[in-house]
Amino acid sequence: MKIKGKIWKFNDNINTDEIIAARYLNTFDEKELGSYCMEDIDKEFAQKISKGDIIVAGKNFGCGSSREHAPIAIKGCGISCVIAESFARIFYRNAINIGLPIFVSEQASRLLKQGEQIEVDAENGKIMNLTNQEVYASDKFADFMQDIVNSGGLLDWVKKKGFIKK
Amino acid sequence: MGYTITEKIFSVHVNGKKVKAGDFVYAKVDLGLGNDVTAPIAIDQFYKLGAKKVYDNKKVVLVPDHFTPAKDIKSATQAKILRDFAKKQKIKHYYEIGRMGIEHALLPELGLVEPGKLIIGADSHTCTYGALGAFATGVGSTDLAACWATGSCWFKVPQTMKFVYKGKFKKWVCGKDLILFTIGKIGVDGALYKAMEFSGPVIEQLPVDDRFTMANMAIEAGGKSGIIAPDKITYNYVKAQTADRKIIDKKIKKWEQFLSDNDAQYEQVFDIDVSQIEPQVALPHLPSNSVSVNRVKNITIDQVVIGSCTNGRISDLRIAAKILKGKKVHPSVRCIIFPATQAIYLQAMKEGLLEIFVNANAVVSTPTCGPCLGGHMGILAKGERAIATTNRNFIGRMGHPESEVYLSSPAVAAASSVTGKIIHPDNV
Repeated sequence: MKIKGKIWKFNDNINTDEIIAARYLNTFDEKELGSYCMEDIDKEFAQKISKGDIIVAGKNFGCGSSREHAPIAIKGCGISCVIAESFARIFYRNAINIGLPIFVSEQASRLLKQGEQIEVDAENGKIMNLTNQEVYASDKFADFMQDIVNSGGLLDWVKKKGFIKK
Repeated sequence: MGYTITEKIFSVHVNGKKVKAGDFVYAKVDLGLGNDVTAPIAIDQFYKLGAKKVYDNKKVVLVPDHFTPAKDIKSATQAKILRDFAKKQKIKHYYEIGRMGIEHALLPELGLVEPGKLIIGADSHTCTYGALGAFATGVGSTDLAACWATGSCWFKVPQTMKFVYKGKFKKWVCGKDLILFTIGKIGVDGALYKAMEFSGPVIEQLPVDDRFTMANMAIEAGGKSGIIAPDKITYNYVKAQTADRKIIDKKIKKWEQFLSDNDAQYEQVFDIDVSQIEPQVALPHLPSNSVSVNRVKNITIDQVVIGSCTNGRISDLRIAAKILKGKKVHPSVRCIIFPATQAIYLQAMKEGLLEIFVNANAVVSTPTCGPCLGGHMGILAKGERAIATTNRNFIGRMGHPESEVYLSSPAVAAASSVTGKIIHPDNV
């Protein structure tokens, strides 16, 4: 899978309240949540981005609450994937579980600049900066998690493994 | 090489196979908890999975506590999804308004949490239950759905950071101050993916309510769990929550295995001398911005919130009442007090605490997570400032993105409500 898009940069410790404010948690409609994505940091974010754009953030992206509404909102507003230096653990699980592609790359997080075009080669863990042709490596998932990613998310992984009790 | 308490709990939940930090496991889950924000997605995913019946109707817990009593039609609809699911699936532990409480205060109070249990909840503060020697962690709704369908969940067994607290508390210092100080020391991602084991002579003497507060905020350091080895204080608490105390006596023998070995491997060990710690305040907008209250000068406040899964227990209310007795909340301040459960509410009533609060011009609310997450029952307007005994002070956490939240203990919050400025409790 190759993902191409323009990047939107964010700082360290972007929390789930910023990704989707609690006042919108009385629904889980993907489109509606998407329209409020990142609202408390950047009111126009959901309107400004184009489908397929990419979020690049610093450390501890998605810290705070366990709300799955956060990765759902990111998906819902049209973001194709998130790259960060590190992710908070519940967000990390949630993203993998619902099939939002995420990549850990300290290099990409540090060196990419707002507005640059990149291409992410998910299979080979490579992030190419199309502005200057630099290539940054992303960390490999552990085999266990890669299996969930390859299944397309937790539900399909659980089905594939035959874990559902009849 | 020995094992940590966390590794031991995981071993018991993968049929006794010995596991170490770093291992991936598919472990059996003793309780799977959801609330009115997270469970509707979990229920949707549960049916998408093709599941028909939950794995065990006694191991699923549903508590509508976030936007309840329902604040609007959408919230009422969310709560109804839980109610209908609970009915259809014959969920034993569904707690309706009037019988409920804030989930992380409620479950231990009902005797649902015991040492050695493995608990997941679609709420990040599920880590609270580690205070009783359980492994408990927050997950998302899809994880919860898969758990309800299969009875299990995948985990990477976490490494453990050990915190050893020594020394003697200064006056007014409590569990909240210890955890704010600790998060300030290691940062909001200082314990990312790790278990935080709280130990040492201070913890051995620490009352159970303070232990809950500490474990509750492990997530604010990025921790996967907070955990305290079960001891006499734990056993006495668990015993008090059940009608059949003899059963607990038998169980204690089993629980005594859940202690970290002397040669257990820790990722890091921190020694913290509590004698030096003053009451703490975490400045906006991160829980790690903690400083001594003495360094917070001339910060006026519009609202005080005392309650939440972090500090809404009876001992928290007793401290607030001790300070507010015979005093009045400052004329420009709204002081909102939330007993965390119906039982705590009733106890506070019996002890006359609610009367003290009302006489002081504070309001007392039914149990709800409402204001802590900016849901309802105490939202801040643009430019307003609150001090709260809650757990997060992120941008917009309690309302408008240009409002501010300061975090503290109940003592500092109650004292500040009287003066209208953030202040040391000694000065009231």
